[in-house]
Amino acid sequence: MAALGPPLRTWRGLLRELRYLNAATGRPYRHTAAYRYLVKAFRAHRVTSEKLCRAQHELHFQAATYLCLLRSIREHVALHQEFHGKGERSVEESAGLVGLKLPQQPGGKGWEP
Amino acid sequence: MWRSCLRLRGGGRHLLNCPRGGLTASRGPGPKPPAHARAYAPPAERKRFYQNVSITQGEAGFEINLDHRKLRTPQAKLFTVPSEALAVAVATEWDSQQDTIKTYTMHLTTLCNTSLDNPTQRDKDQLIWAAAKFLDTDTVCCRVEEPETLVELQRNEWDPVIGWAERRYGVKIGSSTSIMGPSIPARTREVLVSHLASYNTWALQGIEFVVSQLKSMVLTLGLIDLHLTVEQAVLLSRLEEAFQIQKWGNVEWAHDYELQDLRARTAAGALFVHLCSESSAVKHKLPQG
Repeated sequence: MAALGPPLRTWRGLLRELRYLNAATGRPYRHTAAYRYLVKAFRAHRVTSEKLCRAQHELHFQAATYLCLLRSIREHVALHQEFHGKGERSVEESAGLVGLKLPQQPGGKGWEP
Repeated sequence: MWRSCLRLRGGGRHLLNCPRGGLTASRGPGPKPPAHARAYAPPAERKRFYQNVSITQGEAGFEINLDHRKLRTPQAKLFTVPSEALAVAVATEWDSQQDTIKTYTMHLTTLCNTSLDNPTQRDKDQLIWAAAKFLDTDTVCCRVEEPETLVELQRNEWDPVIGWAERRYGVKIGSSTSIMGPSIPARTREVLVSHLASYNTWALQGIEFVVSQLKSMVLTLGLIDLHLTVEQAVLLSRLEEAFQIQKWGNVEWAHDYELQDLRARTAAGALFVHLCSESSAVKHKLPQG
């Protein structure tokens, strides 16, 4: 079986991801549907006396997968913003890169009407 | 390193979501385009037009509401999912969009849309065939011959997974260093195809998606049978790349970018498969005595 670690760590990770997701909206994460569903699911599957419960492992696996999904989306978007989100430079900026400046031509360029 | 640069250039174009070429908007005044049109910024994405996302239960399943409007698929069908957990996850995806809607981060929504619309019009057999096609060029079965450290790494990491799959399904898979790839016996193919046939169409969409991301049928089977976590499966799929990164260094804007993207897609696919192929029922145990 997959080495998942303690369910508590997955639970804490999920809470942290939900907190990040809701930080921008300002709404507390405890009011989101995702939080309520996760709380219900984790509580429901804890109340079993069996030592080796396949359903419990399945739930933990799904929670860990969801945690991986949220975490990797957040990191991917952050990387995209940092490295690939800026678009193209304007002509002025490109000229400025090599130390040139575009000329100011209040009379318009020669070929323009 | 140049390999990953090339790969990104093809993938980055798709991710930036913008057409190739210089001028964007103004076709307007003919010979004299205004100076600011030459600055090429990616076209503005759709802004977030809703405040609240909620879930309701209809006759066909669970539906997502953006404010008061019901969410629809790209082909304007009503968006319904059979499982509540999936609906909650999709609603969270929509809720997590800030300012602009980044559809490339909403993998579960994309998978649901594909399953509902079926734009390529594939039936169950075609999906199974598309997934099983990867067996012939399965990543964990195609081995290198040198350098020696990589050969050993592949043996140590990939042989256990193949062994597990062989034991679990009672088939022979094996590995090969030849350029033709591994030779998969017909019985193996039959057994795996009939195993895949036991999943419903939605789950098969997810499975085919994960197989095409990881480039390996064996790893996908490990993922859906709860044998490998998503991080483990992605690492095994990118084993040679991880080996080269360890040797030559990590390029954050290429390697990490692709790693996180692959993890996100694989996790979404795996979660989709699990949520579509389970049915949960609460059974209360009888009190003792």
